[in-house]
Amino acid sequence: MGTQAAIELKNITKTFGSVVANKDVCLTVNRGEILSILGENGSGKTTLMNMISGIYFPDHGQIFIDGNEVVIRSPKDAFNYKIGMIHQHFKLVDVFSAAENIILGLDGEDKFNVKQSAEKIKKISEQYGFEIDPNKKIYEMSVSEKQTVEIIKVLYRGADILILDEPTAVLTPQEAQKLFSVLRRMRDDGKAIIIITHKLHEVLSLSDKVAVLRKGEYIGTVTTKDTDESQLTEMMVGKKVDLNISRSKPESTADRLEVKNISCINREGVKLLDDVTFTARSGEILGIAGIAGSGQRELLESIAGLQKLNEGNILYHDPKTGKIDNLRDKTPMQIRDLGVRLSFVPEDRLGMGLVGNMDIIDNMMLRSYRKGKSIFLQRKQPKDLAKKIIEDLEVVTPDANTPVRRLSGGNVQKVLVGREIAASPTVLMAAYPVRGLDINSSYLIYNLLNEQKENGVAVIFVGEDLDVLLELCDRIVVISSGKISGAVDARTATKEEIGLLMTKNCGGETNEH
Amino acid sequence: MSIKEKQIHEPLFHIAKRDALPFWLSWLIRILSVVAALIACAAVTVVLTGENPINVYATMIDGAIGTERRIWSLFQNIAMLLCVSLAVTPAFKMKFWNIGAEGQVLVGGLATAACMILFGDKLSPVILYPLMIVTSILAGAIWGFIPAFFKAKWNTNETLFTLMMNYIAIQIVSFFTYKWSVPKGSGQIGVINASTQAGWLPNIGGSPYLINILIVAVLTIGMYIYLKYNKHGYEISVVGESENTARYVGINVKKVIMRTMLLSGAICGIAGLLLVSGTDHTITRNTAAGRGFTAIMVSWLAKFNPIYMVLTSFLIVFLQKGAIEISTIYGLNDSFSEIITGIIIFFIIGSEFFVNYTVKFRESKKGANK
Amino acid sequence: MIVAFIQRAVVQGIPLLFGSTGEIITEKSGNLNLGTAGVMYVGGISGVIGAFLYEQSVETVNPALAVLIPLFSSILGSAFMGLLYSFLTVTLRANQNVTGLALTTFGVGFGNFFGGSLIKLLDSDTPSITLTQTSNCFKQTLPFADKLGWFGDIFLSYSFLAYAAIIIALLASFFFNRTRAGLHLRAVGENPATADAAGINVSKYKYLSTCIGSIIAGFGGLYYVMDYACGVWSNDGFGDRGWLAIALVIFAVWKPNFSILGSILFGGLFIIHNYIPNLSISMQEMFKMTPYVVTIIVLIIISMRRKRETQPPASLGLSYFREER
Repeated sequence: MGTQAAIELKNITKTFGSVVANKDVCLTVNRGEILSILGENGSGKTTLMNMISGIYFPDHGQIFIDGNEVVIRSPKDAFNYKIGMIHQHFKLVDVFSAAENIILGLDGEDKFNVKQSAEKIKKISEQYGFEIDPNKKIYEMSVSEKQTVEIIKVLYRGADILILDEPTAVLTPQEAQKLFSVLRRMRDDGKAIIIITHKLHEVLSLSDKVAVLRKGEYIGTVTTKDTDESQLTEMMVGKKVDLNISRSKPESTADRLEVKNISCINREGVKLLDDVTFTARSGEILGIAGIAGSGQRELLESIAGLQKLNEGNILYHDPKTGKIDNLRDKTPMQIRDLGVRLSFVPEDRLGMGLVGNMDIIDNMMLRSYRKGKSIFLQRKQPKDLAKKIIEDLEVVTPDANTPVRRLSGGNVQKVLVGREIAASPTVLMAAYPVRGLDINSSYLIYNLLNEQKENGVAVIFVGEDLDVLLELCDRIVVISSGKISGAVDARTATKEEIGLLMTKNCGGETNEH
Repeated sequence: MSIKEKQIHEPLFHIAKRDALPFWLSWLIRILSVVAALIACAAVTVVLTGENPINVYATMIDGAIGTERRIWSLFQNIAMLLCVSLAVTPAFKMKFWNIGAEGQVLVGGLATAACMILFGDKLSPVILYPLMIVTSILAGAIWGFIPAFFKAKWNTNETLFTLMMNYIAIQIVSFFTYKWSVPKGSGQIGVINASTQAGWLPNIGGSPYLINILIVAVLTIGMYIYLKYNKHGYEISVVGESENTARYVGINVKKVIMRTMLLSGAICGIAGLLLVSGTDHTITRNTAAGRGFTAIMVSWLAKFNPIYMVLTSFLIVFLQKGAIEISTIYGLNDSFSEIITGIIIFFIIGSEFFVNYTVKFRESKKGANK
Repeated sequence: MIVAFIQRAVVQGIPLLFGSTGEIITEKSGNLNLGTAGVMYVGGISGVIGAFLYEQSVETVNPALAVLIPLFSSILGSAFMGLLYSFLTVTLRANQNVTGLALTTFGVGFGNFFGGSLIKLLDSDTPSITLTQTSNCFKQTLPFADKLGWFGDIFLSYSFLAYAAIIIALLASFFFNRTRAGLHLRAVGENPATADAAGINVSKYKYLSTCIGSIIAGFGGLYYVMDYACGVWSNDGFGDRGWLAIALVIFAVWKPNFSILGSILFGGLFIIHNYIPNLSISMQEMFKMTPYVVTIIVLIIISMRRKRETQPPASLGLSYFREER
């Protein structure tokens, strides 16, 4: 038994309706080893791990633990096999304390003893170097504290196979480094660790082996020592991509949108935006970089009139009349009535930009249904627009009457971006517009943004991939904990420079929703 | 690995969400569920009465449509249930759980009754009828607006709020039935303006019910158009599907919530008017007769589509009438029809599961390797 | 007078306390059971059927059996209702509001149907069933209660079910806050996905809490018939108390120990019109709405203050499907 793999997957397949999330995936992890599962967004990494941790059940395939075939029907079964998963979206009960969350789901005597648990939590914390107050309520915690609770939770259960789903997505680089040292300590302790990620440098610095998934299919496993970035990228995306995004020189730029000293505070009194100032110019793509949840969403929603400001102004320079309007405290309708043509591709496509259960035509109508004096809806124009977008952007759909919920991620985004561009905006804001999209769709989006820029639109692009930001944008402002920590010229700046700025203000409190 | 763990069997089946079913198949499932429900109801009846099932069905059909009077009564009841269902539908489409239709109908009816009692012999019909219409609509609308206002302002739970509003309405009606009772202190208002028939809706086509039926027919078509082709209807759908999207496109969600509940309450008010002025000619605590609750089920079963609602309310009223006839003929209690309604609804609610989900059986495979 | 008022208020409050404790336990699992009104009817009538059959079959009743048989049949009836609700909403994931309302229609119909049928069986002229013998067994009070003056009247003059109601409420409170299973149950109601991931059997907790909650609510119906109404079942006699119990849940901000006092307050509000001199019948009706008005005010206040601790369970009213994407 000694040399048996801690966990082995054979030919795992899982489908959701007609979508194949995983196809014939095989994996092996040994004890005292860190395996990275690498893949683009939407390549099926999380689905695969959910099957190991009992959230989903595979359609086909086998799972072996220490050489024995096992059936994992529920998270409880997973615990029995000492598998612990730390989800990307934390599975914590907000109104419970850290200790209550940690002991949740455990068997034991009926009356639980918080003191005893707190002691055990302290012991684990000391062993691996965590800091945590067991009595603090989750809704009072920062993101990294929540993650700590999650990790202690699985250790408390004695897990020796740990799965971490995109653990660094919400962390500052310093916090990430701290996490990595904890993980290395666990590996040396003889635990088997699986880390899901799409960040190459993390893979290379942390893991012993790398397994690559592409669009749900298993591509292969390589030893980290024997590989490099270009090989992994190739495995991940299929062919060598060169990230050459065509970028033209901005012409005849003019100030279009001035954001001046804006601040906003949420209900709990946390500053989501703190004295943010920048200017977006026509004919330019302005990038906004930052760790997820640093205030990007609030910033865009403030401009769109969806977020109440506590301080500051948002000034719009009308390209035709040169008139300057203040957009602060205006509703989206009032902004439109001022003649400001503002388009917004939000981060949450189906939850905000579109209505999943409506068809493409009705989704086109979201922006235009008010047109005309009639009290009845005009479906003719939206129908034409839907057809045009389906044709121009090559949206894969049975017809224009298909609910957008049933389209794939890339096609959903094409519908959304297509609609927003069709309004011939003067300002176009896009938040993570290529998240979860395949390479081809991503480039289609880049091209559309560039096209808008060349037409003199002021484009604001919120992104997460620094390579893309550096190659697509003209200027980049970096936001950190709700503050602007710097602005750079995208043609000369380096990744390291931006990376440093991204973490500049992250001393004490972090931002979170 | 202990021995115990090896003995775990694979799950026999697991449940998965399915892609949209073809239209006909989803309706086939629903029809089958109704058939199954009818069989279950007959079984219950047979157990209770010892009759053979054919007779049971025959009695039901006879009870519902046996005579001309019964047919009229059937359609009148369908019309009233449908009217309340139409009222709650826009609110539900918006995902606003208005379970306060009962109260909204009652205050509408109360307003009508008040006009009839107070002004019945003082005002000419030219003024009286419009006054009745306006006050009943207003009363219902206000009753619907109050919870909507708090929902919009502070996100107060509307299910519980509207529920409580029902009982406040019932007590107010109760107050007035004592205040205006004839004879004094009896707690019964009795037929209002029995001699003058002031404020009674006119008989047309020789039936006292036809006018109600026609009004509800117009409302049904109106509501269908409103929800499907009107801009307000579109806004309601967007708010119901995703409030975030609604905010994003600049829909004033609070305004839509309040406006829609005004409408929902107003139609309930009309239902109250039709009940009091059109058929009952009196008001009691029980005038709404649980329609406010049954309507929720009618609307939900019809997927909030006003045209399908004609069918679902027909189904429910038909069964109720049939069950009442069974209880009369076989000497059962009146409440038999409530049991039957309950069973039917349980079956239809349950059938939605098979429309939306599929049960996947595990293909046979050897268990854990031993 | 005041003593009598408090006594009556408690007696009025006990069915509500049963109902609200049961409903709180149910709602803590995220199931908003609007069928509680129906469940309480079924709990009452099932007890009546049990008692009726027993009284008819023997000459003199054995006090222990006279209590146990109705108790057991009541449990059976309400548990069946809870099971029905759980099956539809948890296993078949049906809409909770619609299911709850259908359950109320069914339960009230069930109660009145069997109530009416038993009345018919008796062939009596009064439209009610009287189970005096059984009721006397249920109404046993502590023998020394009436020797202690007002203290005895206010605190010791009730039957065993009344004390059971208070004990159950206190136990429920303890259960939620101090036991592992209580913690798990709250987690299921707050965030079923999290509870699921933590290895808690969400369906099991939802089923159990709904059925146990229904049984407790059913006792409210039983208490009403056997104690409050002195063993007289009349159709629709129970009235809207089921909905009042749901109102009490809100009033008590989902805390069973709060609902003990709340139930007495509601009971008092329900009968206060009898104790205000010179009140016309019609004004009495106005007074009967006070519990509902008070509930609405509480509902508004908790929604305005938005304190985390006084909110309904976060997933209340939603069904849970693990593979939702």
